[in-house]
Amino acid sequence: MAGQTTERDAAFVAAWLTASADAVRAEADRLTELDSAIGDADHGNNMRRGFTAVVASLENEPQTAPGGVLLLAGRTLVSTVGGASGPLFGTLLRRAGKALGEAERVTDAELKEALGTGVDAVAQLGGAALGDKTMLDALLPAVDALPDYAAAARAAEAGSQATIPLRAHKGRASYLGERSVGHEDPGAASAALLLGALFQVSR
Amino acid sequence: MTAGVDGVVGVVLVSHSAEVAASVAALARGLAGGGRLGPVEPAGGAPDGGLGTSAERIAEAAARADGGAGVAVLVDLGSAVLTVRALLAEGDVLPPGTRLVDAPLLEGAVAAVVTASTGADLDTVEAAAAEAWDYRKG
Repeated sequence: MAGQTTERDAAFVAAWLTASADAVRAEADRLTELDSAIGDADHGNNMRRGFTAVVASLENEPQTAPGGVLLLAGRTLVSTVGGASGPLFGTLLRRAGKALGEAERVTDAELKEALGTGVDAVAQLGGAALGDKTMLDALLPAVDALPDYAAAARAAEAGSQATIPLRAHKGRASYLGERSVGHEDPGAASAALLLGALFQVSR
Repeated sequence: MTAGVDGVVGVVLVSHSAEVAASVAALARGLAGGGRLGPVEPAGGAPDGGLGTSAERIAEAAARADGGAGVAVLVDLGSAVLTVRALLAEGDVLPPGTRLVDAPLLEGAVAAVVTASTGADLDTVEAAAAEAWDYRKG
């Protein structure tokens, strides 16, 4: 059961990322389809390649701390994805990992705070804010809803759906102007998959 | 021990396209003229060779370009910008004194290579590349 005092270990975080990889693989075609509407049609493949590499790196270099798992996963995404989602999701995980440090067990409240730090770093890296039709539209409400994992997954999904009527202000989609309206942002859709996976492993 | 030219600022060119990065590097070398040229290293394309950005190629290019005087990294757009920023934030992936230079890729590359080849320091190379924003064409 989730709560302020529930403690999580490296295996929990590794299970989260493995479940994320499964979700990304299962939804890769949908992510690419979303990206072909307003991007360059590589998001599903990029995320699948990145998260497959994350699972492999965690098997090759097992970590003892939740922070260590997130740092390794973040570095792996930056180096393997090849699109903007690599440095963005990579920064999210890496900065969250850095915030958790070397503690072998962390509370749900600490995990929430660390993910909040990661989301802030994503906003800074990409220069985006809430409502710009980016992954932040899913991530910001989700982190707010933590440590309730079910509510966070719902908030991320709602946030991603809420990008549909928005006009893109960042990335390639922003060149489309009004024509970016009416499509779900692929990065937000991926962020919702990650939060869904986190809820799944927390049950 | 560094791989670049001792005491000369290295230039790394990052593009979504391997061909664009290599061609801009060749153009900058050609327009920089005779005399001793500073290192210019292209880092183009995704890890799989398609359009995109490869952190590994950027790190390798920066290591090749590094002569101990700093490395100026010029980029095209999107994931190239974000990947270099993320690598700089890692702290230990790129050589010390590596800097993301805010300049248009092609014009900035020519200015950076010409300036670096004179033996100028990283601040001067960066300023020369950034000055390319002021070059009006119409």
